[in-house]
Amino acid sequence: MPVEQITFWIFSAIMIASALRVITARNPVHSVLFLVLTFFTAAALWLLLEAEFLGIVLVLVYVGAVMVLFLFVVMMIDVNIAPLREGFVRFLPLGALVGIVMVAELVLIVGPRYFGSDRYEAPPSAPADYSNTEALGRLLYSEYLYQFEIAAFILLVSIIAAITLTMRKRPETTKYQTPGNQVRADRADRLRVVRMDSERRERP
Amino acid sequence: MMESIAAMWSALPELLRVSLVIQGKILLIIVPVMLSVAYLTYAERRVIGYMQRRRGPNRVGYYGLLQPIADGLKLLSKEVILPTNANRFLFLLAPILSIGPALAAWAVIPFSEGWILADIDAALLYVLALTAIGVYGVIIAGWASNSKYAFLGAMRSAAQMVSYEIAMGFALVGVLMAGGSLNLGAITQAQEGGLFSWFWLPLLPLFVVYFIAGVAETNRLPFDVAEGESEIVAGFHVEYSGMAFAIFFLAEYANMILIAALAGVLFLGGWQSPFPDGTDGLHWFLVKTAVMAFFYLWFRATFPRYRYDQVMRLGWKVFIPVTIIWIFVEGVMAWFQVGPWSV
Repeated sequence: MPVEQITFWIFSAIMIASALRVITARNPVHSVLFLVLTFFTAAALWLLLEAEFLGIVLVLVYVGAVMVLFLFVVMMIDVNIAPLREGFVRFLPLGALVGIVMVAELVLIVGPRYFGSDRYEAPPSAPADYSNTEALGRLLYSEYLYQFEIAAFILLVSIIAAITLTMRKRPETTKYQTPGNQVRADRADRLRVVRMDSERRERP
Repeated sequence: MMESIAAMWSALPELLRVSLVIQGKILLIIVPVMLSVAYLTYAERRVIGYMQRRRGPNRVGYYGLLQPIADGLKLLSKEVILPTNANRFLFLLAPILSIGPALAAWAVIPFSEGWILADIDAALLYVLALTAIGVYGVIIAGWASNSKYAFLGAMRSAAQMVSYEIAMGFALVGVLMAGGSLNLGAITQAQEGGLFSWFWLPLLPLFVVYFIAGVAETNRLPFDVAEGESEIVAGFHVEYSGMAFAIFFLAEYANMILIAALAGVLFLGGWQSPFPDGTDGLHWFLVKTAVMAFFYLWFRATFPRYRYDQVMRLGWKVFIPVTIIWIFVEGVMAWFQVGPWSV
């Protein structure tokens, strides 16, 4: 078996196992950490597909920023597991039904009938000087420029929306510091050196 | 003798040979890095000692040169204490998670022309991604310790690293615009031609932002609110002892050297000589890294610790706008074809 396949099997085994642990782990912090592991192995699989830009960006954005914030929130709030598990048996039939329907739909559409490995040739591996970053950049900034800019614009709008939603007007009495003034402060404003002669204490 | 070794070598399967060569190269990088980490701790204590008009450690060996080895032996012989109700697995995983990325990032650093372990195209992104992963060691350490102080330190550190990562990333966007590549070797080559064609001059604001964000990213003074001895004892690693603590320490110093080396590669021409007709080579890379690492020690001896809210203000309200403006300036200059970069 070539190295690529061994690597693929190892990483996909880790990925599926950790993805299962995301929903079965009892401690929410463990779930988040397993999700991190899932993303990381997914990035490794992308590297195997010669999509190094996407793989590294997955690590940079999801593992490095999004999941840190997830972890941040999950660690801060005190999640009580017991009430979350209360209705487990009662909702199990419904949940199982929905799950089975979804799996059946997926099998019907993306099953081996249309997407089996015998229906497609293996994609040729790219030449040694192929740069995934460059290829992606060319596509994004030429062919898909409008889509790219619209996506960027939507992101900008969502940032502004999130900030305006969470911004609260502080009461008038809130005190603020002005760093400019703090930097400009010098000794003359704050300190007065008083010279005085020593005095003899009077005997009562 | 030599022939028999050569014969044994060629008898090995090719895959094994390739992996042995790579492992040999990794050792050639990791061993000097770990040695520099050990001697950076010594240098730090001596340099800060002289800046504060005292001597620093000078008892073990000549001029105290064996001090880091004595420290290492001491930490090795100490017990690793597990706090009560600490999460055992995560508690022991955290130091490994913090040193792993710090060492793995060295794979893409070009030490001299062609002296590089993995000459990949997305090297700059790879470095950014790995420094981003480094935060997990800190967060997990703080959470798994089951201690309020450690948890506070972890929270502060996570917030700080996430905010400074943005400024750092934007500063690097400026570099890759000027260098026209994400490959660190290509970025170095784009700065050819001596002291004044290095990127520090046209990208001066980004250089300053990058290095200060690097100091914040490694949780070093004056941004060490994650440790904050006077407020939260030692922050995220307050519960660690012995070798587990030492590994956090090693990771911090390895990260410092990494940021210093990156500053050298990205803004100071890497292995290139500052004189137009000087000899390029490894020595210039080492000199630049050492100078940038010295800044870390200098900062620590000079500045008082930032207050937590001011760390955040500096990151979000000063650095990010500065980098965005400079990227814009760079774009305009590139459009009108002024400056060293080409479109």
